[in-house]
Amino acid sequence: MSYTLKDVTLPNGKKTNIAVDGDRITSVGGDQHGEVIDCNGLVVLPGFVDLHTHLRQPGFEQSETVLTGSMAAAKGGYTAVHPMANTMPVADNAGVVEQVQSLGQDAGFVEVQPIGAVTVGLEGEKLAELGSMNASKAKVTIFSDDGKCVSDALVMRRALAYVKTFGGVIAQHAQEPRLTQNAQMNEGAVSAELGLAGWPAVAEESIIARDIMLAELTGSRLHVCHVSTKGSVEQIRLGKARGVQVTAEVTPHHLLLTEELARTYDPVYKVNPPLRTAQDVEALREALIDGTIDVIGTDHAPHPEELKACEWGNAAFGMLGLETAAAIAQLVLVESGKSSWERLAQVLSTVPAQISGLTNQGQTLEAGSFANLALIDPAATVTITDGGASKSNNQPYRGMELPGRVVHTIFNGKFTVRDGALAGKA
Amino acid sequence: MILKHLVSANDLTKEQAIALLDTTAEMSSVNDREVKKLPVLRGKTVVNLFYEDSTRTRVSFEVAEKRLSADVINVSAKGSSVSKGESLKDTVQTLAAISADIVVMRHGSSGAAHTLASSDWFAGSVINAGDGTHEHPTQALLDAYTLRNRLFGEAPGKDLSGVNVAIVGDIAHSRVARSNLILLKTLGAKVHLIAPPTLLPKALAAGATSSYHNFDTAIEDQDFDAVMMLRVQSERMHAAFFPSEAEYSRLWGLNRERLERLKPEVLVMHPGPMNRGLEIDSYCADSPNSTVLDQVRNGVSARMAVLYHLAGADRSSL
Repeated sequence: MSYTLKDVTLPNGKKTNIAVDGDRITSVGGDQHGEVIDCNGLVVLPGFVDLHTHLRQPGFEQSETVLTGSMAAAKGGYTAVHPMANTMPVADNAGVVEQVQSLGQDAGFVEVQPIGAVTVGLEGEKLAELGSMNASKAKVTIFSDDGKCVSDALVMRRALAYVKTFGGVIAQHAQEPRLTQNAQMNEGAVSAELGLAGWPAVAEESIIARDIMLAELTGSRLHVCHVSTKGSVEQIRLGKARGVQVTAEVTPHHLLLTEELARTYDPVYKVNPPLRTAQDVEALREALIDGTIDVIGTDHAPHPEELKACEWGNAAFGMLGLETAAAIAQLVLVESGKSSWERLAQVLSTVPAQISGLTNQGQTLEAGSFANLALIDPAATVTITDGGASKSNNQPYRGMELPGRVVHTIFNGKFTVRDGALAGKA
Repeated sequence: MILKHLVSANDLTKEQAIALLDTTAEMSSVNDREVKKLPVLRGKTVVNLFYEDSTRTRVSFEVAEKRLSADVINVSAKGSSVSKGESLKDTVQTLAAISADIVVMRHGSSGAAHTLASSDWFAGSVINAGDGTHEHPTQALLDAYTLRNRLFGEAPGKDLSGVNVAIVGDIAHSRVARSNLILLKTLGAKVHLIAPPTLLPKALAAGATSSYHNFDTAIEDQDFDAVMMLRVQSERMHAAFFPSEAEYSRLWGLNRERLERLKPEVLVMHPGPMNRGLEIDSYCADSPNSTVLDQVRNGVSARMAVLYHLAGADRSSL
């Protein structure tokens, strides 16, 4: 397939034409060839790369499958996702990660690059076969017990050291378990009033501080998942200043929503780590802009109706995120007037691709690069009404109006989304 | 006053709270009659849906409902489909399908009554009979009535302005404390919270007139009209909230020696059941200052008053 994206706006604001042939960009600013697609008014970005996705397969197919999650990702402008290991069975061995990757290839909407578990069964005790997962066809480089913290300091130290063998990275879900027993929401004035057990900021910040020291000790790479507090940002800033190899991620919901929503007792707002205060949101936005936080990861966490249509205490943690992440990034980075589309391209694509080592993703928009692209109409506004392509419906933004609309998503040269609609199997 | 639900003490304005206390007084006189029955809820079905064990609250509601002539159904988590893992939504929709008019719910999860009242699962009225560590608004009403009645006697229309109430103990995990803090403040009382820092969230302390970590200092500083002792739940004993029962009792328990330093007519309140020898000693529990049995008696009247207003009845019909 050969086509030209005519009059696209690059992240730096310049208008040009991008020509694609097969799976590659053949020219930027060159002659038109093939089908000419009018992209006047659309911003072109490298296809988004999510380092934190729950596709729920195998084991929880009532929530999401690799196919439905891939479709939601494509609709959100993503061309690569990293499904987390907390499936059933757990992705703690080469067999499961290869199966997930293979399901991703069959779905064909995005590159599905599995994350492997750090410990067997996510139990935090015995290292999973990290080397075998890396050597498998799935070529796993990121390891995480996400959903649970690798809380044992010795296990964390060993995991960090061990993945240096092949340049891997440990993505930590920072949550001190004893400080967060039965925790339901951010600890503070609102939790005290609502009588919900609190999840104190220190439970996240103390693990991050410890892990940064362990990364320094081992000379290894640490990635901090879903940073949610102002104090965590300060720890990461200190670590980076010392030269520690630490990268950090923030979710779209922690950039937009606050703990005040818990007053509704509507479990659609129940998430882990919990929604925090407006001061935390502000600190996270600043950190994303100044580079202390490196990437936006969705923590897209689909759950079926029965795990959300219940009392708060019995509801599952997590919310959808793939289809709304770019809009929230646009709101925070572009509409705020405080940053740029170039920064948005970094945090949603370039840097996550680098962290994962996905060489075909997040590339510079130039001849020879793989045609993994997201085209956004920044002037559009969308009112969120449902869960979109996901199999689940735990949509926290329902009723909200968000800026921008993903018009086209191109994965290895093929349209997975065209004019806002999912293509057939790419 | 027409109430649809009673989920939180915050649902009540000062005028509504006073009206409920006045109705409680009238219900109390009904309870003194030989025939303790009013036809207010005749033909209405009230379900007591209890997900947590409770003897006194459930019995109190059941008596109140029967005295108002309701058809009463008790559903407890034990011995029903609830224990087979049925969701709250399905259970409540089942009750709605058999035309229940009012659901009185006790639930272990904070916010459960709020979730039910704001859902489309059940169109009737919801009374919160205690949700997790959140609220227990009918307890606050019966406590406020007990205070008013013991301090001022028959006093229709009267609020609690200027009354000094101490709430002592496990504030953090107490739905009784949360509802009382709200309602007593609504009624103009001064509320003082006394607890170790492990059991007193800063945000709740900030909403009180004053707070103390030392019971004896509080007794010296303040002129309490009532001290409300909270039950210490056994599960707190092993979670490092305080070192031992003996130390808790020594520092935050109400005993004869402390009672004698309070004013002679001080009211000693406890929502029950009491841990005698822990948060309260037998001398105080059985003293003339104690309102414990008054609270139980007034509980029936206060719940009758709530049901009465929920049923849309006007007080002039009494």
